[in-house]
Amino acid sequence: MAGVRALGSLSRLTTRRYNLTMFPARTHVNYEIKGDVAVIRMNDPSARVNTLSVQMQREMTEVMDEVWGNSAVQSVVLISSKPGSFIAGADLNMIQACTTAEEVTLLSQEGQKMFEKIEKSPKPIVAAINGSCLGGGFEFAIACQYRIATKSKKTVLGCPEVMLGLLPGAGGTQRLPKMLGLPSAFDVVLTGRSIRPDKAKKMGLVHQLVDTLGPGLKSPEERTIEYLEEVAVEAARGLAKKQIPLTKEKGLMQKIQDYVMSYPFVRQQIYNTVQKKVMKQTKGLYPAPLKIIECVKAGLEQGPTAGYLAESQNFGKLAMTPESKALIGLYHGQVTCKKNRFGTPEKEVKALAVLGAGLMGAGIAQVSVDKGIHTILKDTTLEGLSRGEQQVYKGLNDKTKKKSITTFERDSFLSNLTGQLDYNGFNKADMVIEAVFEDLSIKHKVLKEVEAVIPPHCIFATNTSALPIKDIAAVSKRPEKVIGMHYFSPVDKMQLLEIITTDKTSKDTTASAVAVGLKQGKVIIVVGDGPGFYTTRCLAPMLAEAVRVLQEGVDPKKLDSLTTGFGFPVGAATLADEVGIDVAAHVAEDLGKAFGSRFGGGNIEFLKSMVDKGFKGRKSGKGCYIYQPGLKRRDVNTEALEILESYKLTPNAAISSDSDIQYRLVSRFVNEAVLCLQEGILANPVEGDIGAVFGLGFPPCLGGPFRFVDSFGADKLVEKMRKFEEVFGNQFTPCQLLLDHAKDPSKKFHK
Amino acid sequence: MLTTNQSSYDLFCFILQRSKKEKCTFHFHNTTVNIFVAKSKKTLAKPGVKNIVLVDGVRTPFLQSGTIYADLMPHDLARAALQGLLNRTGLPKDAVDYIVYGTVIQEVKTSNVAREAALGAGFSDKTPAHTVTMACISSNQAMTTAVGLIAAGQCDAVVAGGVEFMSDVPIRHSRRMRKTMLSLNKAKTLGARLSLLGSIRLAHLAPELPAVAEFSTAETMGHSADRLAAAFGVSRLEQDEFALRSHTLAKKAQDSGLLSDVISFKVPGKDIVSKDNGIRPSTMEQMAKLKPAFIKPHGTVTAANSSFLTDGASAVLIMSEEKALAMGYKPKAYLRDFVYVSQDPKDQLLLGPTYATPKVLEKSGLTLNDIDVFEFHEAFAGQIMANLKAMESDWFAQTYMGRKTKVGAPPMEKFNSWGGSLSLGHPFAATGCRLVTTVAHRLQKEGGQYGLVAACAAGGQGHAMVIEAYPQ
Repeated sequence: MAGVRALGSLSRLTTRRYNLTMFPARTHVNYEIKGDVAVIRMNDPSARVNTLSVQMQREMTEVMDEVWGNSAVQSVVLISSKPGSFIAGADLNMIQACTTAEEVTLLSQEGQKMFEKIEKSPKPIVAAINGSCLGGGFEFAIACQYRIATKSKKTVLGCPEVMLGLLPGAGGTQRLPKMLGLPSAFDVVLTGRSIRPDKAKKMGLVHQLVDTLGPGLKSPEERTIEYLEEVAVEAARGLAKKQIPLTKEKGLMQKIQDYVMSYPFVRQQIYNTVQKKVMKQTKGLYPAPLKIIECVKAGLEQGPTAGYLAESQNFGKLAMTPESKALIGLYHGQVTCKKNRFGTPEKEVKALAVLGAGLMGAGIAQVSVDKGIHTILKDTTLEGLSRGEQQVYKGLNDKTKKKSITTFERDSFLSNLTGQLDYNGFNKADMVIEAVFEDLSIKHKVLKEVEAVIPPHCIFATNTSALPIKDIAAVSKRPEKVIGMHYFSPVDKMQLLEIITTDKTSKDTTASAVAVGLKQGKVIIVVGDGPGFYTTRCLAPMLAEAVRVLQEGVDPKKLDSLTTGFGFPVGAATLADEVGIDVAAHVAEDLGKAFGSRFGGGNIEFLKSMVDKGFKGRKSGKGCYIYQPGLKRRDVNTEALEILESYKLTPNAAISSDSDIQYRLVSRFVNEAVLCLQEGILANPVEGDIGAVFGLGFPPCLGGPFRFVDSFGADKLVEKMRKFEEVFGNQFTPCQLLLDHAKDPSKKFHK
Repeated sequence: MLTTNQSSYDLFCFILQRSKKEKCTFHFHNTTVNIFVAKSKKTLAKPGVKNIVLVDGVRTPFLQSGTIYADLMPHDLARAALQGLLNRTGLPKDAVDYIVYGTVIQEVKTSNVAREAALGAGFSDKTPAHTVTMACISSNQAMTTAVGLIAAGQCDAVVAGGVEFMSDVPIRHSRRMRKTMLSLNKAKTLGARLSLLGSIRLAHLAPELPAVAEFSTAETMGHSADRLAAAFGVSRLEQDEFALRSHTLAKKAQDSGLLSDVISFKVPGKDIVSKDNGIRPSTMEQMAKLKPAFIKPHGTVTAANSSFLTDGASAVLIMSEEKALAMGYKPKAYLRDFVYVSQDPKDQLLLGPTYATPKVLEKSGLTLNDIDVFEFHEAFAGQIMANLKAMESDWFAQTYMGRKTKVGAPPMEKFNSWGGSLSLGHPFAATGCRLVTTVAHRLQKEGGQYGLVAACAAGGQGHAMVIEAYPQ
């Protein structure tokens, strides 16, 4: 017996060695033949997710050729061994390594060819999808004959290329319109949104859904993949034996839609509508959506050859655009800012207390309770508390309406929330975040009160947008436990969290704050202490400039269109209303004191007059605009214009063209950002870009202030600023670091 | 060469260590070997603790819902079971201290069905009664409530039972409609009434149907059972085989008159019913033809390997041993230790027996080998097979139950040998008493000492109880 066993293992050993010497070992793709079905398994050993890297593609081609050549195989199952990832997309590095559009076009054509072979496979191929099936992975899947997806929360389908300034370059723009019809295909490709499995089934993107499994004789993840494979193998057999039909009988609606779409003028109408919509939303600043429309149109109107050619060529062109590079840069930056560079904190924050149940406080509570953090929400009045708790409830309840959580999950999340007026239970808190009124004396009072009741390990975080943390920490008995956590409103929607450390803040405190922020789903930048930190400090000069522009007689609507025309998602006047005119006045005054005339520009008195009149922005119903509940249309607040009248300035014609105004606004923002890096407030340009884009809406197509300097040219920017400096003085004096970059064009913030 | 599987091997070692021998049956391949095996404990009686006994138990025939019972109300069925118990035991109606009854789907008119049924069955109106609900273990809860009342010295004789009536379930108006109708009551003027009536839309008239679904997850039980079977790799074939076994054994038990807990019941307007009508032994071929009922197209749970919607009621008489003896009864069994467990209602909805079995065994100081008779509630064949596999897995015990080793799966020849819920039927709240009475009867018939009841229930809950034969 033992002898036989030894021989067996010996023979296994020799076969393996034989394999090694004869063929280069395959590390990413392998396959197993189960009866008449070949099960191809993908697993990139070096990464958390599978990507269509060069290696993966090469091995896949080899394996497919073997499978096609094997007469014993009747059908194929394509599956990933990685829980949570089918194929997350093409390998971005592969695209970034290319230096010309032609190279990228070639990549696209290789992908197109490979998927064409898959599409025309004589042996049916079943894509068994568990986890992310995005971009190139999604295009791979839709080239297969049949798709089965798990209902896992991690399973998402879609083509997010457009968000990276690209297009689905491996047949996606050609196959989707045929599969889904023109309107749905445009929706999927142009928005780049992730499609959940149930929705994908309804749309006809996948044929069959498989449930995720719970505990069994193996881990749920492992067994779910196994189960998916079992179901897929059965389906593959059914397809090969023609027991499962490949084409589904079309529904009535589908038939009507197809009929309508058969008229060229209907299609033309759709192209026009979509084009208009895209132009309205992107202001023409993003080339990718327009190119996508072009590719779809080429395919449908001139046939597949033209369509595929347009797709590959446009893919190449887009990859070379600064917009795409900016967006890819942001993508990488976001990934970086989703990691904790301060390590694992000593103690995990399980119990949190939030002081102040206002918009901010309640928002912070909401994003904490749904991550399983026990949260005390404390306010000083019952009315305030009730409003705050209602906000949390509404935030979660809205999610049940969108079906992203169930009502039961909502209830169990809410069970993590305790609303109260006293400091009961603070002795068990691991972290306290205060979100009380922005007033140093109130913050001091709160800090002292809290420190009297919290345990020694508890961190005190302060949510402020401008007050220096060291000033707040001045009254603390334990300044190493004090940190700034600057959230952005509305907290449940805005992705950014700016964490501010003083020179006394301990590394563990920082690590803990970052860990909490990450748990809350935030993208995090960690900056040094100072008036306005990073984000507020960049925004303030721009808003000061915006006020000056208004004083020069530019209508708020015009100001908004100038800023959105530059790529800001929200216009400057609207932004001021959103932030709150009172807050803006407060911040402008504080920062003006700290930084002097550099932060001048518009007259603060104008803002104060607005506040005196009660025009505090959206929250008060009136600001630059008039806000009426239920009405989307906003009219300019004529009373505000009247106030402006008394602060009127005469514009200098030499620097008041539309473009000049745009650069006046942007250059002050960018200069301040670069100065923050120069002064060490920012640790690196990546965080600077992420903070500006995710926190302040700096144009994503420009990739953030630092990438903007790189692509626009520091010298050109300095030149513009010098022109403005002549008129306005030091507000436009470029900082040293910017000058350094202007002098030496080889200096770049991003390599 | 003789090969044994691991559990028989354990059993073998176990036998060798014991001095006092008792009868035990176990199998080497197809050969049944009777050996006298020792128990870990002679009895579970504890000094200073009251012995509580099952005097007797009865049930109405379990009928597929929508058949002969269709026109009754739940308390009618419960009445039949209670009267049957009175007849069977000859119990004076005023000797009962308390009545506890279980039910799951409530008839709103008789929300305390225990009281309505007791009054209707002619019990003294001086005997209090309350209704309990705990999904499929509702009558287990009724029985253990009775045990608690007696153990606490509050009662000496308690009737427990359960009823389920699926032929008629409450179907409600939509919430919007109910709101309008309730507001109508309060509307004072004709104008107000008319405007309320005018607010009714066609969509408001759509009724709300009850579903056998978890409130917390909105998943139907069959769907969960299918996922559970898949998680444990239980094949369609295994499930069909187990279902066929259940029906075959039930048929055999019915034909040989072993189901003596069933009483005859004259249904008003219909004939006398005296047999369960859901027992339908089929063939594997026929069962294989059925399409999956919940997960389509690749699921494995079908109508044939699931328990069906059933009408039925059951009742048991539980007493302190002294009282039973004083009244001249010969009790059937001792009701010993019991446990309730609960776990994740999504992925472990039906694993109650796996969690409850080792816990109750530990509590009574027994091992699986001490148990002569197993009666597990069969919700779905896939659920039973999954539980058996979980109990047989060290990995599962260690990973999910925090136990060092598996408890082991019950040997099939001791398991549900008179059929189970799959074949006899499963009136949710009546099944528990059937399980306990069956254990008592099987212990008497087969000559064992200890029996184990285990069941799963909606909400991810479970129950197990150890029953000891009353010396004959």
